Formats: sequence, C-alpha cells, structure tokens
Amino acid sequence: MEFLQQLINGLALGSIYALIALGYTMVYGVLRFINFAHSDVLMLGAFSAYYLAPAVARVLPLPSIGGALVVGLLACLICAGLGVLIERLAYRPLRSRPKLTVLITAIGVSLFIEYTGQHRAVFGADTKRFPELMPGTEFHLGSLIVGSNDLVVLVTTLLLLAGLWFIVHRTKVGTAMRAVSHNQQAAALMGVDINRIIAFTFALGSALAAVAGILYALKAPGIDPLMGVQPGLRAFIAAVLGGIGNLPGAALGGLVIGLLETFAGGISGLSNYRDGIAFAILILILLFRPAGLLGKVTVEKV
Amino acid sequence: MHMRGRILLLGGAIGLVAAALSGCGGTDSGAILIGEFASLTGKEATFGISSHQGTALAVEEINAAGGILGRPLELRTEDDQSKAGEPANVVNKLISRDGVVAVLGEVASSRSLEAAPVCQANKVPMISPASTNPKVTESGDYIFRVCFIDPFQGTVMANFASKTLRARKVAVFTDVKSDYSKGLAKFFKEGFVKAGGQICAELDFNGGDKDFKAQLTAIKAAAPDAVFVPGYYTDVAIICIQAKQLQLSVPFFGGDGWESEKLVEIGGAAMEGHYFSTHYAADNPTPRITAFVEAYKKRYAGKTPDAMAALGYDSVMFLADGIKRAGGTEASGLRQALAETKEFEGVTGKMAMNSQRDAVKAAVILQIKGGKFRYMATVAP
Repeated sequence: MEFLQQLINGLALGSIYALIALGYTMVYGVLRFINFAHSDVLMLGAFSAYYLAPAVARVLPLPSIGGALVVGLLACLICAGLGVLIERLAYRPLRSRPKLTVLITAIGVSLFIEYTGQHRAVFGADTKRFPELMPGTEFHLGSLIVGSNDLVVLVTTLLLLAGLWFIVHRTKVGTAMRAVSHNQQAAALMGVDINRIIAFTFALGSALAAVAGILYALKAPGIDPLMGVQPGLRAFIAAVLGGIGNLPGAALGGLVIGLLETFAGGISGLSNYRDGIAFAILILILLFRPAGLLGKVTVEKV
Repeated sequence: MHMRGRILLLGGAIGLVAAALSGCGGTDSGAILIGEFASLTGKEATFGISSHQGTALAVEEINAAGGILGRPLELRTEDDQSKAGEPANVVNKLISRDGVVAVLGEVASSRSLEAAPVCQANKVPMISPASTNPKVTESGDYIFRVCFIDPFQGTVMANFASKTLRARKVAVFTDVKSDYSKGLAKFFKEGFVKAGGQICAELDFNGGDKDFKAQLTAIKAAAPDAVFVPGYYTDVAIICIQAKQLQLSVPFFGGDGWESEKLVEIGGAAMEGHYFSTHYAADNPTPRITAFVEAYKKRYAGKTPDAMAALGYDSVMFLADGIKRAGGTEASGLRQALAETKEFEGVTGKMAMNSQRDAVKAAVILQIKGGKFRYMATVAP
C-alpha cells in the first residue's frame, strides 16, 4: 500500500516537473540554448495569479473552476508578454553572438528577476500565501489518497503536451519553428520571419511556465521570489534526461525524476540522500544513453 | 536640500574641530556604532526582518532616552540574504570598514556559526539574538546569545511529548540543511528516549523543498502518536498542509523556528491544534511584555512582535546593559561585563549568562488555536 501511495505521490510531483521541462525543451529546440530564466517566469506566473485572484474574485466566485481558468489565462497572457519582453531586451541583441554569451545572459536575467522580486517595492522576500483557486478534495481508493489537484496537474500536463505536439507538427507556425530550429539563415531566406517565430516560441514557453507556476503554487501554497529555483533545476535535468529538445522526452524525464525523488525520499533514514540517490541514478542513465531517454528516437528535434 | 547640506557641513566642521581638540579620543565622544547582520531577504526573511525591527526599536528607544553614557547608538545593518557565505563577508565589512564595537545577529544558527569566528578573531563581541544551536558560542569567548539553547529546548519538547501529549511513538522529521534543525532533533531524540519513548521513524527534508509527501507517507506508515518537526515556518506550514491531505492526523510539534505569523497565514486550518516551544508569548500578560508589544505595534503599523522581534530587542538592551556596566566600549572590558551578567530582565524573561555565554532562561509552549498562538505553559530551566 505504501508503495502504491508513493507511486501516486511520485507521479503527482513528476507531472509538475514534466510541465516545467516542456518549456525548457521547447525553447532549446528552437534556439539551442537553455533559457535559465524559465524558472523565474514560473515564479512570475504564480505571483501574477496571486495579485489577480482578488480582482477576479469580485467578478467570479473563487475557489471555482471557472475562476481558476480566468486567473490562469490572464497569468498566461502576462507571462507570455514578459517572455517576449525578455527575449526582445536580453536575448535578441545577442543572437549572432556565441551561444555561451546568451547562456550567461540567461543566468543574469534569472538572477535579475529573482533579486528584483525580493525587493520590498516589488514582491518582497517573505513567503506569501497563495490563494485557493480551485476547490480541492481528496479521493480515497481503499487506503490510497489521490488529491484532486494532483489529477488536475497530470491531466493539464498531458493536454499541454498533446497541444504543443500539435502546434509544432501540424500547424504552419510549428513548421516555421522547426525550420528555424534546423537552420535560421535558410529559414529566413525561405521567407520565415525569424523574429516573429522566436518571439512566439518565448510567448508559448512563458505561458507554459505560468501554468506550471500556478499548479506548483496550488500544491505548496507558499510562494516567494525564489520558488522557481528548485523545481526549475529539477525540470532542466528532466529535460536533459528525456533528451533535450524532445517534447515527450521532457514529459517522461519529469515523471522519472519525480518518481526517483519520491521513492528515495520515502525511505526512513535514507531520505537525507533523496537528491543524491535520484541524481546518481540519473547519471547512470545518462552514461548509457548520453542523448537522453528519447533523444535518439526522434530525428526531428523541436 | 541646501539648508540640510549646510547643516551637515556645519556638523561635519564641528565634528572635525571636536575630534582635533580631543586628540585621538574620537571613539569616546560620538555615536556608539553597532553592527547588525540579518536575513532581510531570502528564505528566512521574515525572521531577519522581525529581529531587525526589534533591534531598531530598541536602538530608537535608547536614543530617545538620551543614549548610553550620554552617547547615542548608531545601528549599521547588513543583509546576508539568508545565504551561506554572506555572513562572514558582511560581518567583515562591519568590523573593518565601519569599525563597530559589537555585532548583533543572526537568527539562523548556520549563519551565526559563520560570523562567530570572524568576530572572535577581531575580538569584537557578538550577540546572537536567537541562534539556539550550542556550537554558536563555542566559537570563542567573545560570542554571546540572549536565547536558550537547543539541548534545553529539545528536552522541554521531549518532556512535553511524553507527559502532556502522552505520546509513546514519535516520528522526527528534520531539515538536514539547517544546523538548528539537526541539533534540535538530536537533543529531542535523546530526551524522548530517556523519558521512555520510542522514535519510530526518522525522515529528512531539505529546507525549501515544496513536496514532502514521500516522507510523510513513510511517516504515516510508521503510525506515530505525534510528529516532531524542528524546522522553519515556511517549510512547516507546507508540511502540515500535505500531512493533512494524506490524513496524517496526529499532533505535530516543533521549536521556535515555527514562530511567525506566516505559519498560520500559509498553513491555515492545517496548523490547528499543533504545538511549538519558543522564547516568549505576546499574549502572556506581564507589564514588560505588554509595554513592548504596544510600542512595537505603534512603530510597525499594528504588527504583533514575534519571538525574533523580542529577542532582537533584548539583544540591544543586553548590550546596552553591558556597555553601562563596563563604563565604555573597550572590547575586553565590554566582553567581561557581558560575560558577568547575573540578572538581566528582558522582554523574553529573566536571564543570566552561564560560563558558556549562553542565556539561562525559561521557555514557553504555545498552541495554535483558531489561527492564533495561545500561551500554554512556561517551562523554567
């Protein structure tokens, strides 16, 4: 029974990592660089919802599913805008520079957002209570307990994964994204508006981050400007584990890390080594499959 | 602006003349510089902000009453961002750049432990308001604290668990990132086993984690009568929420790291009925506490002072008392006076310094009821 409960816990945690990893892997797929500010956009998503909730509550009842959707949608729009802004101000001027320059800039942007957010005039450093957006309950299957929020996370992740896959593989803008990913110059010569496509990629990735941020905050309703750091790191590793640039890989990687962490963390006396055990297994996997779990299965990487 | 500039210039000129007249005695006439390092940003920011507000209030009150030995206090505050590595930097800065006569800080033991060797090496007295790990004052004879230590707090909670809660099996859930949590867990376990209890599960987490269900599921499987969580409030609140979701419905209890208004703000209904030990209770009706609570509320927009604020306040008053008895701020004399404190009456109770320069004083136990901290009992040392 304990095993099954841990399986549920692990899947619930893993699907959040999976959702965050989708954002990392998508931007990497198009631009070939890790957007380290992704985890901070996640935080901005949670804070957007935190400040939006009282305003929305005046029109729609909260907690309710409709209210949660409206708050989520608005937070997605805000984060999409911020994502585009970050790309425009910090990454676009460096597009022709070596990838390392952009990578270091991304770390700079990440730290900038984290520490600006901690300033008293912005969010402040203290932890804030995240409002209850959705009515939450627990389902009992014998002695097993499944939280409704966990189911929401799992379903959202699957839906978004399917939606992203559809956008990338079945739409015109997705074709353009894949073209930019293969060769920017050639794509530009074929009439693809590179700036627009990259901006779109960032908007999409940041909206994903907003969803992840809100779901993460519903799970652990204390939010602070550094809340993105830990899940961001895990999700980044999940993206690498799954084969960076590969969408289903990111989702799979997230689930694997969530499960590893949960099973390692549930051992009395060994939970101290939770991350150690999880990441040692991860290193082993990468030794045997350097391109990640699904890295070689698909030829096209987006 | 012009006016102020001129006054400043004038003041500066007078200062220069005064310094010239008194020769090298510049340190004996002007303000007494006190350094403070606190976690004003970062993970334990509410602790740092509380202790800083208490500290600042005490300095303001002393200055309003004419200062110490006729000299005003001047507080220089540095933020260590709740980060490992920062305390040593900022304390070095306070000592070598500002030339402070004493250093106040920190709440978290891990960070006090970083700063203590720096203060000891420079022979600048350091007073920690709220670091309860015993190792802090072992750094040297210039390091003091105005709070009790974890062996005492751990024993108090062990007796509480076995006598008041009548628990036979307790699970311990420790934050392995924090010296405070590890120390308190150790002393609790020793005390509880001595009192005839059994530790049925020992699980660990990393401060800042947001998912505790793995460990809580294992704890639930061990069927404890109560769970001891010697962690900090942000983690504890989320631990209790997730425990409630897993229907782990036994009492949770912890130490002074729980005390923050944020605990119930974040934890909400999941915190109901749980217990923790701390340094003082704002609703304990002694005249000294009532006066302090009123002054603090007036100064900080109605905010109720928590234990960290009260200890920050006491750390300044304790230092002021030492400076008065030493008759000045000369380091070895001040150290001597502080170490010889026999009876100091603070907001957090009566205290004496023992040979280890730890405060010997009582602890209080609070219960969370109706979203408020309710005073339950005082446990004397």
